[in-house]
Amino acid sequence: MPRHPLCGAAAIAGLGITAQGKVYGQSPLDFAVEAVSLALADAGLERSDLDGLLLNPGLAWTDFGMGSFQLQQAMGLRNLHLLANMSLGGATAGAMIQHAVEAVASGRAEAVACVFSDATLKPPRPSGERTSSGSAYGFARGWEAAYGFFGVNAMYALVAQRHMHRYGTTQDHLGAVAVAQRKWANLNPQAQLRDQPLTLEDYHASRWVVEPFHLYDCCLVSNGGLAVIVTSAERARDLRRPPVYVRGMAQGHLGGDPIETLSSGAVISAPAAFRMAGLRLADVDVVQLYDCYTFTVIVCLEDYGFCAKGEGGPYAAEHLGGPGGLLALNTGGGQLSSFYMWGMTPVSEAIVQLRGDGGERQVAKHDVALVSGNGGVLSTHSTLVLAREAGS
Amino acid sequence: MSAEAPRPGSPRDMVAPDGKPLPQISAAMAPFFEAARRQELVVQRCRGCGALRFPARDRCSACLAREGEWVPVSGRGTVFSFAVMHQVYHPGFAAAVPYAVVLVALEEGPRMISNVIGVPPEALRVGMPLEVVFEAVSPEVTVPKFRVANA
Repeated sequence: MPRHPLCGAAAIAGLGITAQGKVYGQSPLDFAVEAVSLALADAGLERSDLDGLLLNPGLAWTDFGMGSFQLQQAMGLRNLHLLANMSLGGATAGAMIQHAVEAVASGRAEAVACVFSDATLKPPRPSGERTSSGSAYGFARGWEAAYGFFGVNAMYALVAQRHMHRYGTTQDHLGAVAVAQRKWANLNPQAQLRDQPLTLEDYHASRWVVEPFHLYDCCLVSNGGLAVIVTSAERARDLRRPPVYVRGMAQGHLGGDPIETLSSGAVISAPAAFRMAGLRLADVDVVQLYDCYTFTVIVCLEDYGFCAKGEGGPYAAEHLGGPGGLLALNTGGGQLSSFYMWGMTPVSEAIVQLRGDGGERQVAKHDVALVSGNGGVLSTHSTLVLAREAGS
Repeated sequence: MSAEAPRPGSPRDMVAPDGKPLPQISAAMAPFFEAARRQELVVQRCRGCGALRFPARDRCSACLAREGEWVPVSGRGTVFSFAVMHQVYHPGFAAAVPYAVVLVALEEGPRMISNVIGVPPEALRVGMPLEVVFEAVSPEVTVPKFRVANA
């Protein structure tokens, strides 16, 4: 089969991660400026080298529609050839990188920054009363409020409960994902929960948010920013850090109702991305699956073909032991235990691992990484296959 | 899950006498609640292709026809899934937690968010047979809920 023209044509050359978590006093715009600056410095590029800017504005961005232009102005960027806000929920990070690769490969742009930032967490009040980011996270205030149906946690819980009913997925299976990822986070200096070990007993003892989800089934909320710089493979080779080549990429948005299919769009994006990459699932060394909930990981293990449909729970319990486990998955702790930058969390950890920058959590064989992004309630999906070599 | 805006003039925080929020009833959903006051459960039927849908939409997503009508359904269904709410998102539910929100699969096909009356959350099971009941939450507003049906 002939090589896909875009396979390995572009690479991620810079990564910028601001402080993450309970970081106060910075606006989402300011986090974005900082993240892009860090990514440029990482790549060894100047602001004037950027000619493309893609932004996924988090919930705290108030002027949502023109956020990318706000960011351009805030950074004093001139003469851009590509500028857009993108919004596919957690699938956006992967989708931004895909558009950046296409822009670079077609010659429309030479260096594109892809950015996410958010700042929904507010500082604790002096009185010590509990603060909440809940208001930012989608209260379903329409007619369904009369039934006490609020928020995205509950929407996902319905789908998870259905999966448990149909396939026999258990609370222990969900807990296995949380425990394994925490073990990775315990080795990640940037993880919000680095210093908090988690056993399966701790998991079961943690409070319910909405059954079947305990507290540790749900991702963190983080203030911060994260940016990557995409440029051509040729140019990336001359820059400061080793290139992370984009070998395969695809999107999958199934439509319909995921509570019927219990599937993510990975069922169509994964084959397309691997075909483009000229690689198979067996070639993947490190796996970064979007984890808004433990349940999402279980579904995506199935949809990427690590196991058959419905067997994600038992597969996770057997294969995800954290460091030393059978599958190196969400090796920074993921969004459950490190930080929640929507799809940028899995993207950034893939870059860290492929470069060999993982420190204590570095995976020994780290040539190929699989990255997923998932938005809505299994509504939107993006897949990236990233590698240390451009391929031939 | 309904993204439609509240009907103009509809206060965002209207509460029932028991302190729980009243449904924010958009113009599109008004016939559903009007029917509930008549003790009738209705869903939308597309005049183009006959597909049933719920909640209300401007068009049929199958054939894209605009014309739709509200038609009665049997009120029988089953528990398709459920979630047990432990966090208090509205003060009206502070005394109710933990309570279950149920996704009901109607016999005729559409699914709707509701509550099942008379069953503690730990006794709920997917597949339980249900039948509609109507609960007047205020003098003006009635909402359909469900109870376990006798087989």
